[in-house]
Amino acid sequence: MLETLKQPWPWYLAGALIGLTVPYLLLVGNKTFGISSSLRHLCAACIPGDVKFFKYDWKKEAWNLFFVGGIAVGAFLAATFLSDPNPIVLAEGTQEYLASKGITDTSHLLPAEIFSWEQLFTLRGLIFFVVGGFMVGFGTRYAGGCTSGHAIMGLSSLQWPSLAATVMFMVGGILMTWFILPYLLTL
Amino acid sequence: MEKTINKTPAVETNTDFEVRSLDTMCVNESQVERPWWDNLKYSAWGVLFGIVFFKAEIISWFRIQEMFRFESFHMYGVIGTAVVVGLISVQLIKRFNIKTVQGEAVVIPNKTFNKGQVYGGLLFGLGWAITGACPGPLFAQIGAGYSVIIVTFLSAWAGTWVYGYFRDKLPH
Repeated sequence: MLETLKQPWPWYLAGALIGLTVPYLLLVGNKTFGISSSLRHLCAACIPGDVKFFKYDWKKEAWNLFFVGGIAVGAFLAATFLSDPNPIVLAEGTQEYLASKGITDTSHLLPAEIFSWEQLFTLRGLIFFVVGGFMVGFGTRYAGGCTSGHAIMGLSSLQWPSLAATVMFMVGGILMTWFILPYLLTL
Repeated sequence: MEKTINKTPAVETNTDFEVRSLDTMCVNESQVERPWWDNLKYSAWGVLFGIVFFKAEIISWFRIQEMFRFESFHMYGVIGTAVVVGLISVQLIKRFNIKTVQGEAVVIPNKTFNKGQVYGGLLFGLGWAITGACPGPLFAQIGAGYSVIIVTFLSAWAGTWVYGYFRDKLPH
């Protein structure tokens, strides 16, 4: 049983559980699924400054912070007790492409060649951590949601603005992956 | 029996409805008062969510690369299944008028279209392919012990703040 759980879980199981988050949140508390809002609530709670956008009663949205806290705890539990000792199995094309860029370490979920503290103070590290993170935080709020709020919650409730957002997420990701990242990886 | 309170908030809540509808904030926030530990039901689901994120390798930078390179079905399968399950759930809730556990009617606020979904969406997509993580996986990666992602998280936090600061000057 434990051995089976330690294997990577299939997409349909993960997708079903993530999809069930939508009715769970709606039915236990009339909440709509969305994760990036947590960053806004953290701004409102810790550093509202004099910004109108952060002046609201964030405590009413505290459930969202409890939710993301749970995500971190869940990932910790899985990494501690259910970790798969084998390297991640990648599609052949992706593996070959990344190897051509010097990324060959697949023993972790994130490539050790990029995601380490030693890399932080390189130009590439600066882009991957600081610039990338900034774009995620700025972009999701500008778009009014992320993969959870738009792609899953929004599409589940047939909201076409969410479809527009989801299409743009994919356009951005594809542009970066095919036209910019090849250069960034070799910095 | 739980007490329902009429809407006269003590603290000035955000009355800017454009802001609210833009932001998946609860426009229809429940008026039933509940103790703080009631929020643990969200933490519990978050824990399950975090385990799934880790075990299905959704928090993996490699899986996001595969997705954007169209070389693996995995992430499309995850998101596609999630949308189908969510869609069926929402339809069932609407069709049978299923109430929340507190007995309230389920309300899903409508999102209104604005240019932010285009510009912001594009910007997020570009960042997503670099970091290999949207906001949810950031929390999971940190929890799973990838401590350097704290930097990414702090930067995302700063990005949200800067957006809030310049919000009025940006096209929407």
